[in-house]
Amino acid sequence: MRMVTAVIKPHKLEEVREALQLFGATGMTVTEASGYGRQKGHTEVYRGAEYDVALVPKLRLELLVEDADASDVVDVLVKSAQTGKIGDGKVWVVPVDTVVRVRTGERDEAAL
Amino acid sequence: MNHPDTAWVLTSAALVLLMTPGLALFYGGMARAKSVLNMMMMSFAAIAIVTVLWVIYGYSITFGVSDNRLLGGFDNFGLHGVGGAGPLSFAAFQLMFAIITPALISGAIADRAKFLGWAAFVVAWTSLVYFPVANWVFDFGVNGDAGVGAGWIVNWGVQDFAGGTAVHVNAGAAALALALVLGKRIGWKRDPLRPHNLPLVLLGAALLWFGWFGFNAGSALAANGLAASAFMNTQAATAAAVIGWLTVEQLRDGRPTSLGAASGAVAGLVAITPACAFVSPLGALLLGVLAGALCALAVGLKWRLGFDDSLDVVGVHLVGGAFGSVALGFLSLDGGLFYGGDAVLLGKQTVAVLAVGAYSFVLTLGLGKAIDLVIGFRLEADDEVSGIDLAEHAESGYDLHLAGAGGRALAGTVGVGVPQDARHDGGARSDQRSIEHEGSRA
Repeated sequence: MRMVTAVIKPHKLEEVREALQLFGATGMTVTEASGYGRQKGHTEVYRGAEYDVALVPKLRLELLVEDADASDVVDVLVKSAQTGKIGDGKVWVVPVDTVVRVRTGERDEAAL
Repeated sequence: MNHPDTAWVLTSAALVLLMTPGLALFYGGMARAKSVLNMMMMSFAAIAIVTVLWVIYGYSITFGVSDNRLLGGFDNFGLHGVGGAGPLSFAAFQLMFAIITPALISGAIADRAKFLGWAAFVVAWTSLVYFPVANWVFDFGVNGDAGVGAGWIVNWGVQDFAGGTAVHVNAGAAALALALVLGKRIGWKRDPLRPHNLPLVLLGAALLWFGWFGFNAGSALAANGLAASAFMNTQAATAAAVIGWLTVEQLRDGRPTSLGAASGAVAGLVAITPACAFVSPLGALLLGVLAGALCALAVGLKWRLGFDDSLDVVGVHLVGGAFGSVALGFLSLDGGLFYGGDAVLLGKQTVAVLAVGAYSFVLTLGLGKAIDLVIGFRLEADDEVSGIDLAEHAESGYDLHLAGAGGRALAGTVGVGVPQDARHDGGARSDQRSIEHEGSRA
């Protein structure tokens, strides 16, 4: 099993979610996140005092998938989240040791 | 006082009272999320404390019959002898001025003043600074003591219709002193000390604007042409000041901001306060646009001079109040330089600003230091970092997260006592204990 994690622009969520659903992904977890990479933050001005806001709001998506699906899910994610502009985010994959479905107690592949 | 006048003055009193909760929203939105309740509590505390002082002795030592020009007399303690529509409505109206003036100061000390220190300060400052200064400016011989008992500033011919000196220069100078006594917040100039809720700021500014019609037009103390003139000029100057402030922002920062619009409105209201019944509508526009631009520039001074006037009480109220008062030397229809007057009025206006400012600054410095020495004024560093709302009030302004703050209700909390049935059933505490036991067994 693999966990695919993607950090994306917040406004791309619906496109990404629909693309993943079409592909057949059964679920995901979305967390509000903030951070920065090559896209720098922005400047805000209050009564003339400038503040450098370093962290940009992002969404973090997490999907648990079977080993064989990981590469395709990554492709779907990248394709649907891409705008071509700086700040589109990143996707990465890590191996997962154990998965349990809380409702039934099913384990591993059966729990995906 | 006839019935229509009484109705207008009482209505105005209610409008002016509304300004202080409006101020609480204005300041509260500019504070950080972890300090919003304390910021608003400083205003609400001023309402409670000053009202009690006013009834007991404040009105008397401000407006009671006296034979000097510095303070009222002692015959009206407990509002004794203050009866009838005129005197009582005037006492109610003036009370609201006494409330908002110390509340204005609180903007200078956001995030870092112990609440009991603030309460003590409100008692001391209102008694020793506001009541005397209000006598100088507002006691035109209210109780028939115009001959010898009127305040020296109003008696000398200084023009201050609704309190540019007594309220705004007074509060602004005190704010500067208190910001110096309490020192800078932790993280000043390093952390982004930015407003946490601008819609609250705009709502507060709107309520201030609304209430200010009572403040200025109500100061005519009659439902007459003077009140109407003050009303129109208040609106004109405030609108022009919004444009003045936003123009500076557009030229300097490239963006007009909502905080700038709210701040410009308040700057205009402050500047027109002393002048509202003494200038023409065009004079009010000029006064307003200049005040808005001037205050927009003045709020930057604290960064250069190095004092943490957190929400710009100095930049808006001291600068705006002084500007409005001094500008009357030029713009007053009654003796201003632009209208054929000589420099006498300009001189008197300037002296009044300097006298009130200096008196307020020096006494506030002393009172602030004394309170810091005796009971402690500055919050502990740990409490300031984790947030004054939690430290001083055991509350937090917002509960926005799914998980809340975690934890559970405790039966029998401080001062409440354990409810009878909770005691018999074992109550929530023992309930919690049994869950913990189960957890440890598994």
